[in-house]
Amino acid sequence: MRENLLHFIPELVLIGTILVLFLAAFLASAQQRLFPQIAFVGLLMMLLANYGSRDLPAIHFFSGMVTYDALGHFFKYIFGLVGLMGIIFSHQSAELEKADLPSYYTLIIALILGMVLLATASNLLMIYLSLEMVSVLSYILTGYLRGVRRSSEAALKYVIYGGVASGMMAYGFSLLYGLTGSMDLTTMAQYLGANPASRSLLYVGVLFSMAGFGYKVAAFPFHMWCPDVYEGAPTPFTAILSVGPKAAGFAVLIRFFLTALTHSSASGDFIDFKDTGWPEMIAILSIATMTLGNLTALVQSNIKRLLAYSSIAHAGYMLMGLAALNNEAVRAVLFYLVVYAVMNLGAFLVVIIISNRLGTEQIEDYKGLGHRGSLGLLLAVAMTIFLFSLTGVPPLAGFIGKFYLFGAVVRAGLYPLAIIGVLNSVISLYYYVRVIKLMFFDQPADASPLSLPVVSHSYVVSGLAILTVYFGLFWNGLAALTERSAKLLF
Amino acid sequence: MHFPYLSFMTFFPLVGMLIIGLMPSHRADCIKKVALFTTLPPLVAAIGLLMHFDKANAGLQLFEGPYAWIPAFHIQYYMGVDGLSLVMLLLTALVCPICILASWGIEKSPKGYFALFLLLDSAMMGVFSSLDFFLFYVFWEVMLLPMYFLIGIWGGPRREYAAVKFFLYTLLGSVLMLLVMLAFYFYSDGNTFNLVTLANQQTHLGPLKGEHFRHLCWLGLFIGFAIKIPAFPFHTWLPDAHVEAPTAISVILAAVLLKMGIYGILRICYPILPDATVHFGTLMAVIGVINIVYGALCAMAQKDFKKLIAYSSISHMGFCLLGMSSFTPEGLNGTVLQMFNHGTITAQLFLLVGVIYDRAHHRDLEGFGGMAQIMPRYSAMTAFAFFAALGLPGLSGFVSEVLCFLGGFRSFPIITVISVSGVVLTAAYMLWTYQRVFLGQVNEKYKAFSDITARELTTLIPLVIIVVVLGVYPSYILDLMNPTLVALGKTLTDLKIAGL
Repeated sequence: MRENLLHFIPELVLIGTILVLFLAAFLASAQQRLFPQIAFVGLLMMLLANYGSRDLPAIHFFSGMVTYDALGHFFKYIFGLVGLMGIIFSHQSAELEKADLPSYYTLIIALILGMVLLATASNLLMIYLSLEMVSVLSYILTGYLRGVRRSSEAALKYVIYGGVASGMMAYGFSLLYGLTGSMDLTTMAQYLGANPASRSLLYVGVLFSMAGFGYKVAAFPFHMWCPDVYEGAPTPFTAILSVGPKAAGFAVLIRFFLTALTHSSASGDFIDFKDTGWPEMIAILSIATMTLGNLTALVQSNIKRLLAYSSIAHAGYMLMGLAALNNEAVRAVLFYLVVYAVMNLGAFLVVIIISNRLGTEQIEDYKGLGHRGSLGLLLAVAMTIFLFSLTGVPPLAGFIGKFYLFGAVVRAGLYPLAIIGVLNSVISLYYYVRVIKLMFFDQPADASPLSLPVVSHSYVVSGLAILTVYFGLFWNGLAALTERSAKLLF
Repeated sequence: MHFPYLSFMTFFPLVGMLIIGLMPSHRADCIKKVALFTTLPPLVAAIGLLMHFDKANAGLQLFEGPYAWIPAFHIQYYMGVDGLSLVMLLLTALVCPICILASWGIEKSPKGYFALFLLLDSAMMGVFSSLDFFLFYVFWEVMLLPMYFLIGIWGGPRREYAAVKFFLYTLLGSVLMLLVMLAFYFYSDGNTFNLVTLANQQTHLGPLKGEHFRHLCWLGLFIGFAIKIPAFPFHTWLPDAHVEAPTAISVILAAVLLKMGIYGILRICYPILPDATVHFGTLMAVIGVINIVYGALCAMAQKDFKKLIAYSSISHMGFCLLGMSSFTPEGLNGTVLQMFNHGTITAQLFLLVGVIYDRAHHRDLEGFGGMAQIMPRYSAMTAFAFFAALGLPGLSGFVSEVLCFLGGFRSFPIITVISVSGVVLTAAYMLWTYQRVFLGQVNEKYKAFSDITARELTTLIPLVIIVVVLGVYPSYILDLMNPTLVALGKTLTDLKIAGL
């Protein structure tokens, strides 16, 4: 039992942080500045604890409910860093001015805990519970701007879609349980490997389960909540939402498919037990997701909605990589998640600064941003880097990410998928470039130089932009990290 | 260990870009001087490269690297030259300072303009010196970004449309190239992006799966490169981009960027996929003749001076396609010489259009008349450039066109006979244009125009000298590239004969 808790220290630190935040809310609720600081320190300690646990052996613990392995370890870093970024983004946000800050930060930390549990869950029950935990907290945070109509509306939509999706997932899980007699992913795999169970039932069970996962990563046809929620939620939370739960969704997708439904062959590729055609199924989902995301993004006029559809498209790209189900696939998805987190958070931070400063989320209002003083130029150049990186143009990180994804797909021989994928990249260029065009080619309606409300934000924007370029040129370290992390405990 | 000429030529412009980035934006004069003095050392280095280059050696030489860049994916920093890339590097190094001089009149944020220009310079040098496919691809794509902004910010009235169209077309081409690059990587022995290793593995004898797969790969690459050439039917971005781009950017586009399409085919498709290249030889020849004739006919119908020259570029790049599809030494030599000559001649044409546009602020061919009386020196320069473009014997364009036809005739007699009509059409539209603009009734509106200035002449004179010298004695360039191209052609001709 002591051993188990040693593996669980990062999670325990998060729980401790939540308790401290509770206490602080009672004792010092007037000290508004205290709460982000507590949350920030808590996350830093969680990252440190995670670093400290890097050499522990991989095990299943808590009766096989939770797994400690390289993959989970990697995702804890991601969630911790995304959480830190989220706290920085929320700092002095104009939207959150009137909100109840103590509970806001408590909810954020609880959300991180939920995502960590989701990424390490190795039992269908645990997957369901942690997924619900992430969902419920997301609903609350989306509707956090009390009295703002679109925030409440978004939260309600989110709840309804989420309820349907998790209901379908629970049904899928029950079918899988009925089929294999177990909730544990590893035991399921052993059963499926040894017994010729009905293929069609397995197929139905997996499809229904996909509802829950697809809803978390915003994949077709469970993406409908995404634009409304992104638009309605407070922007700092939207930034977290666009990266964190999506990463958690991919973590659970990887674990579910690679642990329960396939076995690894001698060459390291994953082969499904019954020739059920998982690659084809994921490929179809991926094509639908990216094409829909990209085509719909073409006509958006709100920058948050544009980024919402772009995030749907990116879920499609990552599903494309996953469809390869080979050695490179997991590595590519992990790699892409990291660069996606960097560039997408950067883009959202620019959106937050603009919305704090100019009070607008309309793409039209980005007109001539590059001509508005040195801050305007900085924001416009950084945004350009993020958007080109999202398109996948070298020498930026997004290109390397796509390079890995397409590499996995080409190696698996899924050429039609690869061709559709690259055509989608070309389509996406059009809407990203529209924003860039407005920022540089057009003259601003109001040419006064921008001033910055929060100085630290401009450092963070520059840092993320530099990181985007850096990973585009020297990604050896990141590649090595993802290679180490792409190891699951079966 | 020799001086790293190639890395120097590639990265020195970036140093200039950084210096310009740190300069205050109101010191426009200083910025222009820094830009000019950053493009001169690469030109000197190019001459040094020429001195060190062993003409008798057909293979690649003066290597830099391979150094490991990203060991996890076997990506290397690897550069080197052979006769083919040397000629292109010379052209690039020569055209860049000329373009800086031609941009002297830029008033709208010169800091951004020259910084982007130097980034473009760096990427172009990188494309011509890379021997690692990944490195090549990165430089190839990096070129798009400054080009997009240079057209989009400093261009004409429809610049946004033209810039986005340029970007979308080229990106479409390059993503297809990306897929083929990955296929090469995964199906090569020992997984590599090294172009030399890839070329040595003789894909037609075994690796790289089946014949159909190689054909698909070839087509993927070809579409990517054909968009850049631009070959019919992927050419429609070019007239738009040319018309909207500022003068110097048009020059770069015509003189260097268009050459990258042909260069890519010769550097990647020919050596790595020789059997597929032979298989698609006729296709290239047919596209070539369509480019020649269709481009010339379109040029004849234009009312806009710049659009006319854009279509004449399409027509002239058709000669390259025809020459290279023959796989004969004459054809291949003609192709590369034509690339160089087209670079020098079309650069002059665009510079000349820029001169008149700066004065009249329009380019309508019907709107001038009798300019020869108002601007005699300008008219003489234009006459020279027109005659060079239509292939007058004694000037460089003639030599390369004849070589292309000689090579083409040996492989595709009928197609070549049709192509020759392109020469007549070119003469027709060039002379007709000259007549409309420079001869006839003097347009009173433009009576007060000053003749061509010393700065404008400075940009033209070096090109004029090269055109004359190569017209009389083309061996200066031909000797550099002949061994490389003969070796390249031999592999393909052998395959073709074996296939028959």
